[in-house]
Amino acid sequence: MALGPHAIFIVVAYAAAVLVVGALVAWVMLDHRTQRRRLAELEKRGQARRAGERGAGERGTEK
Amino acid sequence: MPLIDLANPSRFLALVGKMLPWLVAATLVALAAGLWQALFVAPDDYQQGATVKIMFVHVPSAWLAMAIWALMSIAALGTLAWRHPLADVAAKAAAPLGAGFTFLCLLTGSLWGRPMWGTYWVWDARLTSVLVMFLMYLGLIALWRTVEDPSRAGRAAAILTLVGAINLPIIKFSVDWWNTLHQPASVVRVGGPAIHPSILVPLLTMALALTLLFATLHLAAMRNEILRRRVRTMQMLAAQGASA
Repeated sequence: MALGPHAIFIVVAYAAAVLVVGALVAWVMLDHRTQRRRLAELEKRGQARRAGERGAGERGTEK
Repeated sequence: MPLIDLANPSRFLALVGKMLPWLVAATLVALAAGLWQALFVAPDDYQQGATVKIMFVHVPSAWLAMAIWALMSIAALGTLAWRHPLADVAAKAAAPLGAGFTFLCLLTGSLWGRPMWGTYWVWDARLTSVLVMFLMYLGLIALWRTVEDPSRAGRAAAILTLVGAINLPIIKFSVDWWNTLHQPASVVRVGGPAIHPSILVPLLTMALALTLLFATLHLAAMRNEILRRRVRTMQMLAAQGASA
């Protein structure tokens, strides 16, 4: 693969694409991990999901 | 599953859970095929040489930047007219992805412009209108982060999105309406594509790959946003319980 006299521009363009796509993928994955952790903490404390609903800690064996 | 069922966030989350592995696999296959064609199969352009390879990232990014704003505009109508519970979630999840692809479009265009035009940037109508779209993406993200109530933020963002949609035809037709350094349309044009199939096929493959990538990331980001709102509701209920 010969990139000619302007190789640096091509390489930087593809490197930038990898960085931008990598940043978007990392943002989505880290955000998912954060929200799952927060949700798990609240459920562990027995917090209800909706007004009028019993919390998980109050539901006993109910699934 | 009827479309109306997707208005239920729990059913939507279940559907996303089933779809994501397939979308990830399709994205990886399409990206591998697209990159292989772009880097090893497509010939150099007779005028631009190997720098034409930048086009395989630049053009799909530009298409996606505009398509994502169009998608957000449809979602904005869903928020304002039908108050669909997932419309605002879809728009909010799409904005950072749209900003990312617009940034990539501007950056790769600039890197392509330097060897071909002799400059990284000119204030011509196409480049300027895309820069305006990038700034509007950032404005939308800032708006969502500033207004705490998601439904109020969603309505304000929907209005701003529809105002910003005026920019879409300006971007598309800027190269026809004004004298620009940027070349006119060569794929989506009356009379069919003006690009040779040896370059057009890799370009369309990369466009498919990046579209699949967007679909994957968008569904995953929507799932995150639904979870974030669930956490917010539970935190508010916890605060109410503590103060009662």
